Amino acid sequence: MTRRTQFSESGDHIETIDPVVVSRYRGFTRANHWVTAISLILLLLSGLAFFSPSLYFLTGLFGGGQTARWLHPIIGVVLFFSFLLLFVQLWRLNLPRPEDATWVGNIGELIRGEEEKLPELGKYNAGQKLIFWGMAGLIVVLIGSGIMIWEQYFPDLVSIPVRRVALLIHSIAAVLIILLFILHVYAAIWTRGTIRAMTRGSVTGGWAYKHHRKWLRELAERKPTDPAE
Amino acid sequence: MTTDPNLDSPRTAVSNPPVQPMPANLGAGDVVRASAMPDLPAPERQLTKVAKLIDVSKCIGCKACQSACAEWNDTTPPIEHNVGVYENPSDLGPEMFTLMRFAEYENPETGNFEWLIRKDGCMHCEDPGCLKACPAPGAIVQYSNGIVDFIHENCIGCGYCISGCPFDIPRVSKVDHKSYKCTLCSDRVAVGQGPACAKACPTQAIVFGTKEDMITHANARVEDLKSRGYENAGIYDPAGVGGTHVFYVLQHADQPNLYSNLPEDPKISGVVQGWKGPTKTVGLAAIGLAAVGTLLHGLLGRANRVSAEDEVLAEELVETEQAQPQPREDV
Repeated sequence: MTRRTQFSESGDHIETIDPVVVSRYRGFTRANHWVTAISLILLLLSGLAFFSPSLYFLTGLFGGGQTARWLHPIIGVVLFFSFLLLFVQLWRLNLPRPEDATWVGNIGELIRGEEEKLPELGKYNAGQKLIFWGMAGLIVVLIGSGIMIWEQYFPDLVSIPVRRVALLIHSIAAVLIILLFILHVYAAIWTRGTIRAMTRGSVTGGWAYKHHRKWLRELAERKPTDPAE
Repeated sequence: MTTDPNLDSPRTAVSNPPVQPMPANLGAGDVVRASAMPDLPAPERQLTKVAKLIDVSKCIGCKACQSACAEWNDTTPPIEHNVGVYENPSDLGPEMFTLMRFAEYENPETGNFEWLIRKDGCMHCEDPGCLKACPAPGAIVQYSNGIVDFIHENCIGCGYCISGCPFDIPRVSKVDHKSYKCTLCSDRVAVGQGPACAKACPTQAIVFGTKEDMITHANARVEDLKSRGYENAGIYDPAGVGGTHVFYVLQHADQPNLYSNLPEDPKISGVVQGWKGPTKTVGLAAIGLAAVGTLLHGLLGRANRVSAEDEVLAEELVETEQAQPQPREDV
Protein backbone atom coordinates (compact mmCIF):
# COMPACT_ATOMS: atom_id res chain seq x y z
CA MET A 1 0.00 0.00 0.00
CA THR A 2 1.69 3.19 -1.11
CA ARG A 3 0.58 6.44 0.37
CA ARG A 4 1.59 9.96 -0.49
CA THR A 5 3.33 10.97 2.73
CA GLN A 6 5.03 14.27 2.23
CA PHE A 7 4.09 15.66 5.63
CA SER A 8 3.31 12.57 7.68
CA GLU A 9 4.51 9.10 8.53
CA SER A 10 2.59 6.21 7.05
CA GLY A 11 1.61 5.09 10.55
CA ASP A 12 0.04 8.44 11.51
CA HIS A 13 -3.73 8.33 11.17
CA ILE A 14 -6.97 9.89 12.24
CA GLU A 15 -8.35 7.77 15.06
CA THR A 16 -11.81 9.29 15.39
CA ILE A 17 -13.66 12.07 13.59
CA ASP A 18 -16.15 13.27 16.19
CA PRO A 19 -14.18 14.65 17.98
CA VAL A 20 -11.11 14.47 15.78
CA VAL A 21 -8.27 12.59 17.44
CA VAL A 22 -5.07 12.04 15.51
CA SER A 23 -2.49 9.36 16.21
CA ARG A 24 0.95 10.97 16.16
CA TYR A 25 3.38 8.41 17.63
CA ARG A 26 3.01 4.66 17.80
CA GLY A 27 3.86 2.80 21.00
CA PHE A 28 7.31 1.80 19.85
CA THR A 29 8.35 5.38 19.09
CA ARG A 30 7.00 6.58 22.43
CA ALA A 31 8.88 3.89 24.37
CA ASN A 32 11.99 4.73 22.36
CA HIS A 33 11.54 8.40 23.20
CA TRP A 34 11.19 7.75 26.93
CA VAL A 35 14.24 5.49 27.08
CA THR A 36 16.18 8.30 25.42
CA ALA A 37 14.67 10.88 27.77
CA ILE A 38 15.43 8.92 30.94
CA SER A 39 18.99 8.30 29.72
CA LEU A 40 19.46 11.99 29.01
CA ILE A 41 18.19 13.00 32.44
CA LEU A 42 20.47 10.50 34.19
CA LEU A 43 23.42 11.69 32.10
CA LEU A 44 22.61 15.28 32.88
CA LEU A 45 22.49 14.62 36.64
CA SER A 46 25.68 12.56 36.78
CA GLY A 47 27.51 14.77 34.27
CA LEU A 48 26.70 18.00 36.11
CA ALA A 49 28.16 16.43 39.26
CA PHE A 50 31.53 16.13 37.52
CA PHE A 51 31.13 19.55 35.92
CA SER A 52 30.91 21.64 39.06
CA PRO A 53 31.90 21.06 42.70
CA SER A 54 28.67 22.77 43.76
CA LEU A 55 26.71 19.95 42.07
CA TYR A 56 28.96 17.08 43.15
CA PHE A 57 26.31 16.02 45.67
CA LEU A 58 24.29 14.70 42.71
CA THR A 59 26.61 11.68 42.66
CA GLY A 60 24.72 10.65 45.80
CA LEU A 61 21.73 9.79 43.57
CA PHE A 62 23.86 7.12 41.95
CA GLY A 63 25.42 5.74 45.11
CA GLY A 64 28.58 7.84 45.16
CA GLY A 65 31.26 9.24 42.90
CA GLN A 66 32.77 5.92 41.85
CA THR A 67 29.42 4.50 40.72
CA ALA A 68 28.40 7.71 38.97
CA ARG A 69 31.75 7.74 37.14
CA TRP A 70 31.24 4.13 36.08
CA LEU A 71 27.60 4.53 35.11
CA HIS A 72 27.74 7.82 33.19
CA PRO A 73 29.46 6.55 30.03
CA ILE A 74 27.42 3.34 29.99
CA ILE A 75 24.18 5.34 30.01
CA GLY A 76 25.79 7.45 27.29
CA VAL A 77 26.09 4.40 25.06
CA VAL A 78 22.45 3.46 25.80
CA LEU A 79 21.37 6.98 24.87
CA PHE A 80 23.38 6.90 21.67
CA PHE A 81 21.76 3.74 20.37
CA SER A 82 18.33 4.72 21.64
CA PHE A 83 18.57 8.06 19.87
CA LEU A 84 19.91 6.36 16.74
CA LEU A 85 16.72 4.33 16.60
CA LEU A 86 14.66 7.47 17.10
CA PHE A 87 16.68 9.24 14.42
CA VAL A 88 15.92 6.57 11.84
CA GLN A 89 12.21 7.02 12.50
CA LEU A 90 12.09 10.81 12.56
CA TRP A 91 14.76 12.25 10.26
CA ARG A 92 12.73 12.38 7.02
CA LEU A 93 10.01 14.72 8.21
CA ASN A 94 12.61 16.84 9.99
CA LEU A 95 14.32 17.82 6.75
CA PRO A 96 14.11 21.59 6.26
CA ARG A 97 11.34 22.99 4.05
CA PRO A 98 10.74 26.45 2.60
CA GLU A 99 7.94 27.26 5.06
CA ASP A 100 10.42 26.85 7.94
CA ALA A 101 12.03 30.17 7.03
CA THR A 102 8.66 31.95 7.12
CA TRP A 103 7.90 30.34 10.46
CA VAL A 104 11.21 31.43 11.96
CA GLY A 105 10.70 34.93 10.51
CA ASN A 106 7.40 35.20 12.37
CA ILE A 107 8.52 33.59 15.61
CA GLY A 108 7.54 36.76 17.50
CA GLU A 109 3.86 36.36 16.53
CA LEU A 110 3.96 32.78 17.74
CA ILE A 111 5.23 33.80 21.17
CA ARG A 112 2.58 36.55 21.37
CA GLY A 113 -0.06 34.02 20.40
CA GLU A 114 -0.94 35.66 17.06
CA GLU A 115 -0.39 32.74 14.79
CA GLU A 116 -2.38 33.97 11.77
CA LYS A 117 0.77 34.96 9.87
CA LEU A 118 2.44 31.59 10.36
CA PRO A 119 2.48 29.19 7.43
CA GLU A 120 0.72 25.83 7.47
CA LEU A 121 3.18 23.19 8.57
CA GLY A 122 3.79 19.48 8.19
CA LYS A 123 4.46 17.19 11.13
CA TYR A 124 7.26 19.40 12.52
CA ASN A 125 7.89 23.12 12.80
CA ALA A 126 11.33 24.69 12.52
CA GLY A 127 11.71 24.76 16.31
CA GLN A 128 11.10 21.04 16.58
CA LYS A 129 13.51 20.49 13.70
CA LEU A 130 16.15 22.56 15.49
CA ILE A 131 15.74 20.38 18.58
CA PHE A 132 15.96 17.23 16.47
CA TRP A 133 19.08 18.15 14.50
CA GLY A 134 20.67 19.87 17.48
CA MET A 135 20.20 16.77 19.62
CA ALA A 136 21.47 14.54 16.82
CA GLY A 137 24.60 16.62 16.22
CA LEU A 138 25.40 17.09 19.89
CA ILE A 139 24.89 13.41 20.69
CA VAL A 140 27.43 12.51 17.99
CA VAL A 141 29.89 15.03 19.44
CA LEU A 142 29.24 13.80 22.99
CA ILE A 143 29.66 10.11 22.24
CA GLY A 144 32.80 10.81 20.20
CA SER A 145 34.47 12.99 22.80
CA GLY A 146 33.06 10.82 25.58
CA ILE A 147 34.79 7.69 24.34
CA MET A 148 38.07 9.61 24.17
CA ILE A 149 37.82 10.47 27.88
CA TRP A 150 36.45 7.08 29.00
CA GLU A 151 39.25 6.22 31.40
CA GLN A 152 38.00 2.77 32.33
CA TYR A 153 37.93 1.25 28.85
CA PHE A 154 39.80 3.62 26.55
CA PRO A 155 42.65 5.03 28.64
CA ASP A 156 45.11 5.04 25.74
CA LEU A 157 42.82 5.77 22.81
CA VAL A 158 44.07 9.32 22.32
CA SER A 159 47.05 11.33 23.51
CA ILE A 160 46.76 13.52 26.60
CA PRO A 161 46.62 16.81 24.62
CA VAL A 162 43.76 15.41 22.51
CA ARG A 163 42.05 14.21 25.68
CA ARG A 164 42.15 17.74 27.10
CA VAL A 165 40.42 19.07 23.98
CA ALA A 166 37.89 16.23 24.18
CA LEU A 167 37.11 17.17 27.79
CA LEU A 168 36.54 20.79 26.81
CA ILE A 169 34.37 19.87 23.83
CA HIS A 170 32.43 17.32 25.89
CA SER A 171 31.60 19.90 28.54
CA ILE A 172 30.60 22.60 26.03
CA ALA A 173 28.43 20.14 24.08
CA ALA A 174 26.88 19.01 27.37
CA VAL A 175 25.92 22.59 28.28
CA LEU A 176 24.37 23.07 24.83
CA ILE A 177 22.39 19.83 24.99
CA ILE A 178 21.07 20.78 28.43
CA LEU A 179 19.90 24.11 26.97
CA LEU A 180 18.21 22.26 24.11
CA PHE A 181 16.68 19.85 26.61
CA ILE A 182 15.22 22.75 28.62
CA LEU A 183 13.87 24.30 25.41
CA HIS A 184 12.39 20.98 24.32
CA VAL A 185 10.66 20.30 27.64
CA TYR A 186 9.40 23.84 28.00
CA ALA A 187 8.09 24.05 24.43
CA ALA A 188 6.18 20.82 25.00
CA ILE A 189 4.65 22.19 28.21
CA TRP A 190 3.96 25.69 26.90
CA THR A 191 2.22 24.38 23.79
CA ARG A 192 -0.72 22.81 25.60
CA GLY A 193 -1.89 19.49 24.28
CA THR A 194 1.55 18.39 23.14
CA ILE A 195 2.63 16.07 25.95
CA ARG A 196 -0.16 13.58 25.23
CA ALA A 197 1.49 12.91 21.87
CA MET A 198 4.30 11.21 23.79
CA THR A 199 2.12 9.67 26.50
CA ARG A 200 -1.09 8.48 24.86
CA GLY A 201 0.38 8.87 21.38
CA SER A 202 -2.44 11.03 20.04
CA VAL A 203 -3.35 14.70 19.79
CA THR A 204 -6.66 16.49 19.34
CA GLY A 205 -7.77 17.62 15.91
CA GLY A 206 -7.67 21.23 17.08
CA TRP A 207 -4.01 20.86 18.11
CA ALA A 208 -3.15 19.35 14.73
CA TYR A 209 -5.18 22.04 12.94
CA LYS A 210 -3.51 24.87 14.85
CA HIS A 211 0.10 23.66 14.75
CA HIS A 212 0.53 21.15 11.93
CA ARG A 213 -2.27 21.74 9.44
CA LYS A 214 -0.53 20.25 6.42
CA TRP A 215 0.06 17.12 8.42
CA LEU A 216 -3.62 16.94 9.42
CA ARG A 217 -4.74 17.68 5.87
CA GLU A 218 -2.58 14.92 4.45
CA LEU A 219 -3.94 12.43 6.95
CA ALA A 220 -7.51 13.53 6.23
CA GLU A 221 -6.96 13.08 2.51
CA ARG A 222 -6.28 9.42 2.98
CA LYS A 223 -9.13 6.96 2.50
CA PRO A 224 -11.07 6.86 5.77
CA THR A 225 -10.44 3.72 7.72
CA ASP A 226 -13.16 1.14 7.47
CA PRO A 227 -14.98 1.41 10.83
CA ALA A 228 -15.20 -2.39 10.92
CA GLU A 229 -11.44 -2.66 10.99
CA MET B 1 72.70 15.71 60.64
CA THR B 2 69.90 14.85 62.99
CA THR B 3 66.18 14.97 62.89
CA ASP B 4 64.80 17.25 65.55
CA PRO B 5 61.26 16.24 66.53
CA ASN B 6 60.51 19.87 67.24
CA LEU B 7 60.95 20.77 63.59
CA ASP B 8 57.83 20.79 61.43
CA SER B 9 59.46 18.63 58.77
CA PRO B 10 62.61 16.55 58.39
CA ARG B 11 65.62 18.45 57.12
CA THR B 12 67.26 15.40 55.59
CA ALA B 13 66.45 11.89 54.48
CA VAL B 14 69.71 10.25 55.52
CA SER B 15 69.49 10.45 59.29
CA ASN B 16 67.86 7.72 61.28
CA PRO B 17 64.27 8.33 62.23
CA PRO B 18 63.53 9.90 65.61
CA VAL B 19 63.32 7.39 68.41
CA GLN B 20 60.91 9.43 70.52
CA PRO B 21 57.22 8.81 69.89
CA MET B 22 56.00 11.44 67.49
CA PRO B 23 52.48 12.32 66.45
CA ALA B 24 51.89 12.75 62.73
CA ASN B 25 52.83 16.28 61.86
CA LEU B 26 50.90 16.55 58.62
CA GLY B 27 47.16 16.42 58.53
CA ALA B 28 43.89 17.79 57.25
CA GLY B 29 44.63 21.07 59.05
CA ASP B 30 47.67 21.65 56.86
CA VAL B 31 45.79 21.47 53.57
CA VAL B 32 46.10 24.73 51.63
CA ARG B 33 44.29 23.56 48.53
CA ALA B 34 41.89 20.69 47.87
CA SER B 35 40.32 19.60 44.60
CA ALA B 36 36.74 20.76 43.97
CA MET B 37 36.69 22.62 47.29
CA PRO B 38 36.98 26.29 46.38
CA ASP B 39 35.98 27.60 49.81
CA LEU B 40 38.52 25.72 51.87
CA PRO B 41 39.40 27.57 55.10
CA ALA B 42 43.03 28.69 55.37
CA PRO B 43 45.21 26.46 57.55
CA GLU B 44 46.13 27.71 61.02
CA ARG B 45 49.88 27.32 60.43
CA GLN B 46 52.35 27.44 57.59
CA LEU B 47 54.78 24.53 57.39
CA THR B 48 58.27 24.99 56.04
CA LYS B 49 58.33 24.29 52.31
CA VAL B 50 60.08 21.01 51.61
CA ALA B 51 61.63 19.66 48.42
CA LYS B 52 63.35 16.66 46.97
CA LEU B 53 66.28 17.41 44.74
CA ILE B 54 67.27 14.90 42.07
CA ASP B 55 70.76 15.49 40.78
CA VAL B 56 70.79 13.65 37.46
CA SER B 57 74.57 14.08 37.15
CA LYS B 58 75.11 11.92 40.23
CA CYS B 59 72.68 9.15 39.34
CA ILE B 60 74.18 5.74 38.56
CA GLY B 61 70.90 4.12 37.53
CA CYS B 62 70.87 1.48 40.28
CA LYS B 63 67.10 1.74 40.85
CA ALA B 64 67.49 1.57 44.62
CA CYS B 65 64.99 4.45 44.69
CA GLN B 66 62.43 2.39 42.79
CA SER B 67 62.91 -0.57 45.10
CA ALA B 68 62.68 1.59 48.19
CA CYS B 69 59.54 3.25 46.80
CA ALA B 70 57.84 -0.06 46.08
CA GLU B 71 58.86 -1.39 49.47
CA TRP B 72 57.71 1.58 51.51
CA ASN B 73 54.45 1.99 49.61
CA ASP B 74 53.91 -1.78 49.54
CA THR B 75 53.27 -1.83 45.80
CA THR B 76 53.86 -4.76 43.47
CA PRO B 77 54.47 -3.70 39.88
CA PRO B 78 53.49 -6.52 37.51
CA ILE B 79 56.36 -8.56 36.06
CA GLU B 80 56.88 -7.65 32.43
CA HIS B 81 58.96 -8.91 29.50
CA ASN B 82 62.51 -7.80 28.86
CA VAL B 83 62.37 -5.86 25.61
CA GLY B 84 66.01 -4.80 25.66
CA VAL B 85 65.75 -1.50 27.48
CA TYR B 86 66.82 -0.54 30.98
CA GLU B 87 63.46 0.85 32.10
CA ASN B 88 61.81 -1.62 34.36
CA PRO B 89 58.84 -1.59 34.54
CA SER B 90 58.24 -0.01 31.16
CA ASP B 91 56.25 2.91 32.53
CA LEU B 92 54.96 4.51 35.68
CA GLY B 93 51.90 2.72 36.95
CA PRO B 94 49.42 2.52 39.81
CA GLU B 95 51.93 0.15 41.43
CA MET B 96 55.10 2.09 40.48
CA PHE B 97 55.23 5.69 41.61
CA THR B 98 58.73 6.43 40.37
CA LEU B 99 60.70 5.21 37.38
CA MET B 100 64.28 5.59 36.18
CA ARG B 101 64.15 6.68 32.58
CA PHE B 102 67.30 5.97 30.61
CA ALA B 103 68.22 8.21 27.68
CA GLU B 104 71.30 7.64 25.52
CA TYR B 105 72.77 10.88 24.26
CA GLU B 106 75.74 11.49 21.99
CA ASN B 107 76.96 14.93 22.82
CA PRO B 108 77.70 16.60 19.46
CA GLU B 109 80.11 19.06 21.07
CA THR B 110 82.33 16.59 22.90
CA GLY B 111 81.58 13.43 20.94
CA ASN B 112 80.99 11.75 24.28
CA PHE B 113 78.28 9.22 24.90
CA GLU B 114 76.20 10.25 27.89
CA TRP B 115 73.70 8.25 29.82
CA LEU B 116 71.05 10.65 31.06
CA ILE B 117 69.13 8.80 33.72
CA ARG B 118 66.19 10.69 35.08
CA LYS B 119 64.10 9.58 37.99
CA ASP B 120 60.57 10.27 36.78
CA GLY B 121 57.62 10.78 39.10
CA CYS B 122 55.34 13.43 40.52
CA MET B 123 56.98 16.86 40.58
CA HIS B 124 54.69 18.19 43.36
CA CYS B 125 53.90 21.40 41.50
CA GLU B 126 53.21 24.56 43.44
CA ASP B 127 50.30 25.01 40.97
CA PRO B 128 49.13 21.41 40.46
CA GLY B 129 47.23 20.70 37.23
CA CYS B 130 45.85 17.43 38.64
CA LEU B 131 44.24 19.28 41.54
CA LYS B 132 42.77 21.87 39.20
CA ALA B 133 41.22 19.22 36.93
CA CYS B 134 39.92 16.90 39.67
CA PRO B 135 36.10 16.96 40.11
CA ALA B 136 35.96 15.00 43.38
CA PRO B 137 36.03 17.15 46.53
CA GLY B 138 39.16 16.49 48.57
CA ALA B 139 40.54 13.72 46.34
CA ILE B 140 43.70 15.77 45.68
CA VAL B 141 45.17 18.00 48.36
CA GLN B 142 48.16 20.26 48.66
CA TYR B 143 49.75 20.71 52.08
CA SER B 144 51.35 23.94 53.16
CA ASN B 145 54.79 22.27 52.94
CA GLY B 146 54.21 21.84 49.18
CA ILE B 147 53.39 18.12 49.04
CA VAL B 148 50.57 17.24 46.63
CA ASP B 149 48.79 14.10 47.74
CA PHE B 150 45.95 11.92 46.46
CA ILE B 151 43.37 11.04 49.11
CA HIS B 152 42.21 7.75 47.69
CA GLU B 153 38.99 7.39 49.63
CA ASN B 154 37.69 10.46 47.76
CA CYS B 155 39.00 9.46 44.32
CA ILE B 156 36.36 8.43 41.79
CA GLY B 157 38.73 7.18 39.07
CA CYS B 158 37.63 9.54 36.30
CA GLY B 159 41.20 10.19 35.12
CA TYR B 160 40.79 13.98 34.90
CA CYS B 161 44.06 14.32 36.86
CA ILE B 162 45.85 12.64 33.95
CA SER B 163 44.59 15.36 31.61
CA GLY B 164 45.42 18.08 34.11
CA CYS B 165 49.01 16.98 34.77
CA PRO B 166 51.67 18.66 32.59
CA PHE B 167 54.12 15.79 33.30
CA ASP B 168 51.99 12.69 32.50
CA ILE B 169 52.32 11.23 35.97
CA PRO B 170 49.07 9.91 37.54
CA ARG B 171 47.93 6.39 36.67
CA VAL B 172 44.47 4.98 37.40
CA SER B 173 44.38 1.46 38.78
CA LYS B 174 42.41 -1.18 36.90
CA VAL B 175 41.88 -2.93 40.22
CA ASP B 176 40.34 -0.30 42.48
CA HIS B 177 39.78 2.48 39.91
CA LYS B 178 41.68 5.06 41.91
CA SER B 179 44.51 7.25 40.76
CA TYR B 180 48.05 6.81 42.08
CA LYS B 181 51.31 8.72 42.07
CA CYS B 182 54.27 9.60 44.27
CA THR B 183 53.20 10.93 47.66
CA LEU B 184 56.63 12.43 48.40
CA CYS B 185 56.33 9.96 51.28
CA SER B 186 53.95 12.34 53.03
CA ASP B 187 53.40 9.60 55.61
CA ARG B 188 57.14 9.49 56.36
CA VAL B 189 57.59 13.25 56.27
CA ALA B 190 54.75 13.55 58.78
CA VAL B 191 56.85 11.65 61.32
CA GLY B 192 60.21 13.20 60.69
CA GLN B 193 61.57 10.89 58.02
CA GLY B 194 62.64 11.83 54.50
CA PRO B 195 61.26 10.07 51.43
CA ALA B 196 62.19 6.40 51.02
CA CYS B 197 63.88 6.98 47.63
CA ALA B 198 66.16 9.67 49.04
CA LYS B 199 67.00 7.48 52.01
CA ALA B 200 67.97 4.58 49.73
CA CYS B 201 69.97 6.53 47.16
CA PRO B 202 73.62 5.34 47.46
CA THR B 203 75.17 8.38 45.74
CA GLN B 204 72.89 10.96 47.32
CA ALA B 205 71.73 11.96 43.87
CA ILE B 206 68.36 12.24 45.62
CA VAL B 207 68.37 14.53 48.63
CA PHE B 208 65.57 15.95 50.73
CA GLY B 209 65.13 18.98 52.94
CA THR B 210 63.63 22.42 52.97
CA LYS B 211 63.15 23.91 49.54
CA GLU B 212 65.51 26.71 50.50
CA ASP B 213 68.27 24.31 51.55
CA MET B 214 67.78 22.24 48.42
CA ILE B 215 68.08 25.31 46.18
CA THR B 216 71.33 26.23 47.93
CA HIS B 217 72.60 22.69 47.50
CA ALA B 218 71.52 22.61 43.86
CA ASN B 219 73.30 25.88 43.15
CA ALA B 220 76.52 24.45 44.57
CA ARG B 221 76.06 21.38 42.38
CA VAL B 222 75.50 23.53 39.30
CA GLU B 223 78.63 25.50 40.12
CA ASP B 224 80.59 22.27 40.41
CA LEU B 225 79.25 20.93 37.11
CA LYS B 226 80.09 24.16 35.34
CA SER B 227 83.68 23.95 36.60
CA ARG B 228 83.83 20.48 35.06
CA GLY B 229 82.85 21.69 31.61
CA TYR B 230 79.06 21.38 31.75
CA GLU B 231 78.52 25.01 30.97
CA ASN B 232 74.77 24.59 30.49
CA ALA B 233 74.27 22.86 33.81
CA GLY B 234 71.35 24.27 35.74
CA ILE B 235 68.32 23.77 37.92
CA TYR B 236 65.02 22.53 36.54
CA ASP B 237 62.39 24.09 38.82
CA PRO B 238 59.83 25.18 36.20
CA ALA B 239 58.22 28.55 36.85
CA GLY B 240 55.24 27.74 34.59
CA VAL B 241 53.77 25.59 37.37
CA GLY B 242 54.94 27.95 40.13
CA GLY B 243 58.06 25.89 40.80
CA THR B 244 58.02 22.28 41.98
CA HIS B 245 58.77 20.45 45.19
CA VAL B 246 60.64 17.76 43.33
CA PHE B 247 63.24 19.37 41.13
CA TYR B 248 66.33 18.47 39.15
CA VAL B 249 69.91 19.41 38.59
CA LEU B 250 70.55 18.78 34.89
CA GLN B 251 73.88 18.74 33.06
CA HIS B 252 72.09 20.17 30.04
CA ALA B 253 69.46 22.41 31.58
CA ASP B 254 69.10 24.23 28.26
CA GLN B 255 67.70 21.03 26.70
CA PRO B 256 65.44 19.33 29.25
CA ASN B 257 63.84 17.27 26.47
CA LEU B 258 67.06 15.24 26.26
CA TYR B 259 66.04 13.69 29.56
CA SER B 260 63.31 11.39 28.23
CA ASN B 261 61.17 14.32 27.09
CA LEU B 262 61.14 16.39 30.23
CA PRO B 263 58.93 19.31 29.10
CA GLU B 264 60.69 22.56 28.23
CA ASP B 265 58.16 24.93 29.78
CA PRO B 266 55.50 22.92 31.59
CA LYS B 267 52.31 24.66 32.63
CA ILE B 268 48.68 23.77 33.09
CA SER B 269 47.28 23.53 29.56
CA GLY B 270 45.17 26.48 28.41
CA VAL B 271 42.55 23.95 27.34
CA VAL B 272 42.28 22.65 30.91
CA GLN B 273 42.11 26.23 32.25
CA GLY B 274 39.36 27.05 29.75
CA TRP B 275 37.44 23.92 30.65
CA LYS B 276 37.68 24.47 34.40
CA GLY B 277 37.32 28.26 34.16
CA PRO B 278 35.04 30.10 31.71
CA THR B 279 33.27 26.97 30.41
CA LYS B 280 32.10 26.10 33.91
CA THR B 281 31.06 29.62 34.86
CA VAL B 282 29.37 30.57 31.59
CA GLY B 283 27.86 27.09 31.17
CA LEU B 284 26.25 27.02 34.61
CA ALA B 285 25.02 30.61 34.21
CA ALA B 286 23.42 29.77 30.85
CA ILE B 287 21.73 26.66 32.24
CA GLY B 288 20.54 28.58 35.29
CA LEU B 289 19.16 31.44 33.20
CA ALA B 290 17.38 29.05 30.85
CA ALA B 291 15.82 27.15 33.75
CA VAL B 292 14.70 30.28 35.61
CA GLY B 293 13.60 32.02 32.40
CA THR B 294 11.35 29.19 31.29
CA LEU B 295 9.99 28.75 34.81
CA LEU B 296 9.05 32.44 35.00
CA HIS B 297 7.55 32.39 31.53
CA GLY B 298 5.61 29.29 32.46
CA LEU B 299 4.25 30.89 35.62
CA LEU B 300 3.64 34.42 34.38
CA GLY B 301 3.27 34.05 30.63
CA ARG B 302 0.24 32.89 28.70
CA ALA B 303 0.28 29.32 27.49
CA ASN B 304 -0.31 28.43 23.88
CA ARG B 305 -3.75 26.84 23.97
CA VAL B 306 -5.88 25.21 21.34
CA SER B 307 -9.29 26.91 21.11
CA ALA B 308 -12.65 25.21 20.78
CA GLU B 309 -12.87 26.91 17.40
CA ASP B 310 -9.73 25.05 16.27
CA GLU B 311 -11.39 21.77 17.19
CA VAL B 312 -14.45 22.66 15.09
CA LEU B 313 -12.27 23.75 12.16
CA ALA B 314 -10.31 20.52 12.39
CA GLU B 315 -13.48 18.49 12.23
CA GLU B 316 -14.68 20.47 9.22
CA LEU B 317 -11.33 19.99 7.49
CA VAL B 318 -11.32 16.26 8.06
CA GLU B 319 -14.93 15.86 6.94
CA THR B 320 -14.42 17.94 3.79
CA GLU B 321 -11.28 16.06 2.78
CA GLN B 322 -12.72 12.66 3.45
CA ALA B 323 -15.90 13.47 1.52
CA GLN B 324 -13.83 13.95 -1.62
CA PRO B 325 -13.68 10.77 -3.70
CA GLN B 326 -10.03 11.10 -4.76
CA PRO B 327 -6.99 12.55 -2.99
CA ARG B 328 -6.14 16.03 -4.17
CA GLU B 329 -3.19 16.68 -6.41
CA ASP B 330 0.05 17.80 -4.84
CA VAL B 331 -0.06 21.33 -3.55
